[in-house]
Amino acid sequence: MSISLTDSAADRVKTFLQKRGKGVGVRLGIKTTGCSGMAYTIEFADDIEDTDEVFEDKGVKVIVNPKSLVYLQGTELDFAKEGLNEGFKFNNPNEKERCGCGESFTV
Amino acid sequence: MALLQISEPGMSTAPHEHRLAVGIDLGTTNSLVASVRSGVAEVLVDESGTALLPSVVHYSSDRDPQVGAQALEHTAADPLNTIASIKRVMGRSRQEIDSASEYVPFQFEQDNANVPRVKTAAGPRTAVEISAEILAALKARAEQSLGGDLVGAVITVPAYFDDSQRQATKDAATLAGVNVFRLLNEPTAAAIAYGLDQGAEGVIAVFDLGGGTFDISILRLRKGVFEVLATGGDSALGGDDFDQAIAQWWLQQSGLQAASDHQLMRSVLTAARQAKEALTAADQTTMQVALPDGDSVKQVLSREQFDGLIKGLVKKTTVACRRALRDAGIEKSDVTEVVMVGGSTRVPLVRKDVETFFGRSAHTGIDPDQVVAIGAAIQADILAGNKSGDEMLLLDVIPLSLGIETMGGLMEKIIDRNSTIPLARAQEFTTYKDGQSAMRIHVLQGERELVSDCRSLATFDLTGLPPLVAGAAKIRVTFQVDADGLLNVGAQEVNTGVAASIEVKPSYGLTDKEIETMLQDSMAHAKDDMEARSLREQQVEADRVVEAINAALEKDGRQLLNAAELAQITTSRDQLIDVRNQAGDPDQIKSAIKQLETISEEYVARRMNASVRSMMQGHKVEEFQP
Repeated sequence: MSISLTDSAADRVKTFLQKRGKGVGVRLGIKTTGCSGMAYTIEFADDIEDTDEVFEDKGVKVIVNPKSLVYLQGTELDFAKEGLNEGFKFNNPNEKERCGCGESFTV
Repeated sequence: MALLQISEPGMSTAPHEHRLAVGIDLGTTNSLVASVRSGVAEVLVDESGTALLPSVVHYSSDRDPQVGAQALEHTAADPLNTIASIKRVMGRSRQEIDSASEYVPFQFEQDNANVPRVKTAAGPRTAVEISAEILAALKARAEQSLGGDLVGAVITVPAYFDDSQRQATKDAATLAGVNVFRLLNEPTAAAIAYGLDQGAEGVIAVFDLGGGTFDISILRLRKGVFEVLATGGDSALGGDDFDQAIAQWWLQQSGLQAASDHQLMRSVLTAARQAKEALTAADQTTMQVALPDGDSVKQVLSREQFDGLIKGLVKKTTVACRRALRDAGIEKSDVTEVVMVGGSTRVPLVRKDVETFFGRSAHTGIDPDQVVAIGAAIQADILAGNKSGDEMLLLDVIPLSLGIETMGGLMEKIIDRNSTIPLARAQEFTTYKDGQSAMRIHVLQGERELVSDCRSLATFDLTGLPPLVAGAAKIRVTFQVDADGLLNVGAQEVNTGVAASIEVKPSYGLTDKEIETMLQDSMAHAKDDMEARSLREQQVEADRVVEAINAALEKDGRQLLNAAELAQITTSRDQLIDVRNQAGDPDQIKSAIKQLETISEEYVARRMNASVRSMMQGHKVEEFQP
């Protein structure tokens, strides 16, 4: 099982990295906070730690630490537009429930 | 589910704690809102993909006000309820608006209210309320685009905006429910947008030519800190003047008179603007204008002809650049970066002349209409705490000197113009009369020496001073200007600690034009002012001497002086009073003071002896030996 990106997400990450001018990829993670247990994080990655798992999909490096990977196995990162709003979305098969707002989830 | 943005490493926010921040360019003609998403600053667009929000509000008696393009549609049918260019009257008083030569396209209520209110179908509205409508529309767009509530915004203002105009802008934001992180000068925002804050140290010239206004700002970047060295410009010069120049040329070529025909004039101006825009890329363009009788007239305009038409106007901008450099005290060759802002900098001649003037190529990579909003968004992102990078500290300047009134109606400058803010300056003053128990602090703005030539900002009284002889009290007056350019003046008597202070939120402002006039006056009248100042100083000195001699005479004149001596002193004193009131020459007053002092020397010596005697009475000489 790995982590993948949709075409639109890959395009966006590449664009953002290029505009930012530095960074080796994008780091996905899990934060244990929020109203329903856990929350996703998405950050630019400047370094890769020895323990990190690195997935490469559509020319983008996705970096995940092993602790988070447990919850993210099989996740697809998508980029979506909803009205005027736009941003990244986690399609995570491990997810069982979400809080009403969709910012946190449980597995 | 919620849509996420990529954060800087380690800066991920907890759910529901996204710190959404925006930069707002609240313009005279158009406004924009921008934000940093996934590390990239971009303007936020509306449903139709448009970034620019026309700064226009339409009021109607039976529904909520409309803002932007919707409001603009009412211009022709309902001009008086369609309020545009409200920025021009932000923070201004009635008298100022009435006396300004500038035409404002709306009507004011004829009442005596201090704050002018615009007549609308929905009732009277202040400039702050109208601006708040525009800000509320931008806020709504931002919250829709970002998917959450805003924590705050950075709003840009012209570098020339004075305290009252800045305060009015903040008030409008409060009314619109926008939390203002800070106000940022427009040129500073443009420099940030180009990332010049990350670059090498140097001097940056920001050339901002919009539709109706021109601003030139000279910034210095040192140790990662921006400092505005000088600002200048022309509040009535812009792309609209280029359109006018083309329109006049077209009329001349076509042998038509349009002054009386507004419909035709509007068509000509529209065609002129299109021609101007076409000539940015093309070498020539055809202007076609439909006449009222159904015919249409074509004229071919080449880039070269266009350049010829606007040469004089463009020249004005480089003249202003030279003046700003002089104000900043730097040479042209010291300028390391040139930034272009405003739609009119797309005109090739403008770009060419500016680059020739500064001898280097200008930054033009970012859309000149958006660059200010983008810079503001970057600053807002940092202030919201979304960036781990080094905090940017931005310094701006105050456009005119600040000071207080001293005896004789003189302006004592405490903060010089073009000083960088935030800053605090203090100066000590003293009392003028024996036993003086209060002092009035009159806060002034301007470059001239006499109070009557400066602008009064505020007055307040420091009371409860300890009764001391003149000159013994020490009153420390502190001027503090915060990062938003708002002034706080405090006065404290050093020995007793009695204090008073005032926050200056003046109820009216100055136009760029007036500031420029004040600056020019101060140079034109430099010599007169100097003479007036020394005259006033001698007059004050004469008053002080007369005051002192009168007090002394009343106390012991009869005991220490014989009739002849007394008469000699009073005659000399009366002469001094006459000279003080009549002579226009400070030297005459000075010599009259000298004369009175010479004549009184013996009397002063006797007074001294008398007081020493009275002090030593009852003591032995030995007690005074060391």
